[in-house]
Amino acid sequence: MTRHTLSVLTENRPGVLARVAGLFSRRGFNIESLAVGPTEHPDVSRMTIVVSVDELPLEQVTKQLNKLINVIKIVELDPDASVQRELLLVKVRADASVRSQVLETVQMFRAKVVDAAPESLTVEATGTADKLDALLRMLEPFGVREMVQSGMVAVGRGPRSITATAVR
Amino acid sequence: MTTATPRPTPPHGAPQPPSGARPKPTPPTGAPVRVTGAQSLVRSLEAIGCEVAFGIPGGTIMPAYDALLDSTKVRHVLVRHEQGAGHAATGYAQATGKVGVCVATSGPGATNLVTPLADAYMDSVPVVAITGQVAQPLIGTDGFQEADICGITMPVTKHNFMVHDPAEIPRTIAEAFYVASTGRPGPVLVDIPKDVQQAMTSFQWPPEMHLPGYRPTTRPHGKQVREAAKMITAARRPVLYVGGGVIKSGAHAELLELAELTGIPVVTTLMARGAFPDSHRQHLGMPGMHGSVSAVAAMQRADLLITLGARFDDRVTGQLSTFAPDARVVHADIDPAEISKNRHADVPIVGDCKEILTDLVAAVRAERETGEVADLAKWWSQLDQFTETFPLGYEWPTDGTLAPQFVIERIGALVGPDAVYTAGVGQHQMWAAQFIGYENPRTWINSGGLGTMGFAVPAAMGAKFGRPDTPVWAIDGDGCFQMTNQELATCAIEGAPIKVAVMNNGNLGMVRQWQNLFYEGRYSHTDLGTHKHRIPDFVLLAEALGCAGLRCESKEDVDSTIRKAMEINDRPVVIDFVVGKDAQVWPMVASGTGNSQIMAARDIRPLYDEDEA
Repeated sequence: MTRHTLSVLTENRPGVLARVAGLFSRRGFNIESLAVGPTEHPDVSRMTIVVSVDELPLEQVTKQLNKLINVIKIVELDPDASVQRELLLVKVRADASVRSQVLETVQMFRAKVVDAAPESLTVEATGTADKLDALLRMLEPFGVREMVQSGMVAVGRGPRSITATAVR
Repeated sequence: MTTATPRPTPPHGAPQPPSGARPKPTPPTGAPVRVTGAQSLVRSLEAIGCEVAFGIPGGTIMPAYDALLDSTKVRHVLVRHEQGAGHAATGYAQATGKVGVCVATSGPGATNLVTPLADAYMDSVPVVAITGQVAQPLIGTDGFQEADICGITMPVTKHNFMVHDPAEIPRTIAEAFYVASTGRPGPVLVDIPKDVQQAMTSFQWPPEMHLPGYRPTTRPHGKQVREAAKMITAARRPVLYVGGGVIKSGAHAELLELAELTGIPVVTTLMARGAFPDSHRQHLGMPGMHGSVSAVAAMQRADLLITLGARFDDRVTGQLSTFAPDARVVHADIDPAEISKNRHADVPIVGDCKEILTDLVAAVRAERETGEVADLAKWWSQLDQFTETFPLGYEWPTDGTLAPQFVIERIGALVGPDAVYTAGVGQHQMWAAQFIGYENPRTWINSGGLGTMGFAVPAAMGAKFGRPDTPVWAIDGDGCFQMTNQELATCAIEGAPIKVAVMNNGNLGMVRQWQNLFYEGRYSHTDLGTHKHRIPDFVLLAEALGCAGLRCESKEDVDSTIRKAMEINDRPVVIDFVVGKDAQVWPMVASGTGNSQIMAARDIRPLYDEDEA
């Protein structure tokens, strides 16, 4: 099974997320990550869905998604031809004895500290899943007290826009 | 919500849908009129051409019913159970090709529609369900008779809407009917909170539809059609595998033309009975679990399946890995998601069956003029041998009881192919599919995909309202009949003189047959006691429900009883045909086995034995 990133343009209406999520579970497909947000068009939302499926079931899930009346367009984004990002917030144990080492790691990954307390630092990082995994591995020895991660968002490289042709 | 923070709904109509195959906005004709939301709903139904609605009022739909009282165009039929309303809408839609409409109140009224909606979804029937909902301030508070019917029906409807603003009612109704009846048809539910029905609004028709994500493909791709035509002309063992889509798109005439042009054998699935005349010499019958040996054999031995509006259902294919092993597949369907879902399509054609068949006929004709046309004589001699050796048939029970197959065969013969037949689910359904000769589309209405017991009576009622001048016969079983016979009261009072032929074998016959074949004759809870105790007495029950009740227990009385029923037209008729409990449906492909293991009768496997020999 391979990972696929689907960009799904939907009408911005109540219940659309439930329709999409329900379709995945009822047809037996697992969602690895899902992120929803607005687009440059106020009545269009964009979901970025990461699924692990083979080629044939992927075709089926795409066709089934397309049958949802509120789904406007689906594009599969090639990882090599798109920018893919996730956001990580992680609260690390960092008292005076290790604080400078934690900060060094944060700098190394071009992450930033967004909150500080005498015993801990909260670090914000964006990047690909691989980069965030690497950062987490480096921070784990200090003690991760809490972490939260967003679903992946992605956009195709180059001047073309998938929303331009879908919404006129 | 698709976003974390709710945002106001965008202004109506913006942005404009892109050009192309979108619903065309029509300029408003009528000037806006001040009405309540409920009146707007009724005016919308009138404007869209809804003639009949089946339903039951209740708390949250009362404003709509109040407005309905003033309508002279929409005939409302007061049913006895919402499930009856839903199946009646389906029967109406299947008999007429129009959209069937059912109405229910919130909560239990709406949840009682779930089974018929799931049924219509599986069989792609255009149905619009209108439900009341608790007033908006109560939503989410577990209010009295509150149920999240949009959430509940999401997996069993093509689409559903909740209306938040009375101004949206005309547009929502227009969109609901459009979505239900175009593309691959299906049920659509419209949920309207009580306060939205009560609020004042302005009504204007026609509304502008806004469905940016809905673009059904109806025109087939020319290159695919030509490719299919080449394969059809060259195939040595082709079969036309015809599904319900051919009836839905009204493509029976085009199908006949293609079949006669090419001489290719035709099989019609359970949903397609009537799409091709049973009397036609190229018709091999129904394929699948209880299909004819020749139809199943044709598909197993075929080198090409020309699949038209069918979906390779497991009841047709049997074990998928051994289904039609040598066949290449042309798959024509309006739903792209059906293509290559179960069986890989070598030539996929997405589009409306009528348009596809029209183009295919032209392309095949052109191909036959230029290319070499395969000779089908050898293929036909193989198939004819199967038809001759293993014709559809049945044996009379040795205990002297009445054979249900005979009863159904006689109904078909005496009532004829111009009537409409409905069925419940089980043995009687299979016999009705096998032993009645169907010559016309929309004359056979049953629950194919969902297999809903109790479908026959309400569906017959709906069909009768759709085609009042056509005799409508419900072929039912005693198990099914006891699930929905309350609608006979509706039929009697509202003037739908249907005939119900109950094949009363005292048992849940199909389950009993499986218990006999696969559970060592351990008949766990399949004896309904209808024979033993004569409870209920169907004749007395019929009379209590305002119908004529007849009973027939012997072969000699079958014809005269059917004739007697045909003469009664002032009220519905129920015939209690007391038949033997051990009759079985044959041929049969046992669940989980391949179609080559089809049994013409118990332990007789013509295809398998021939392969082994």
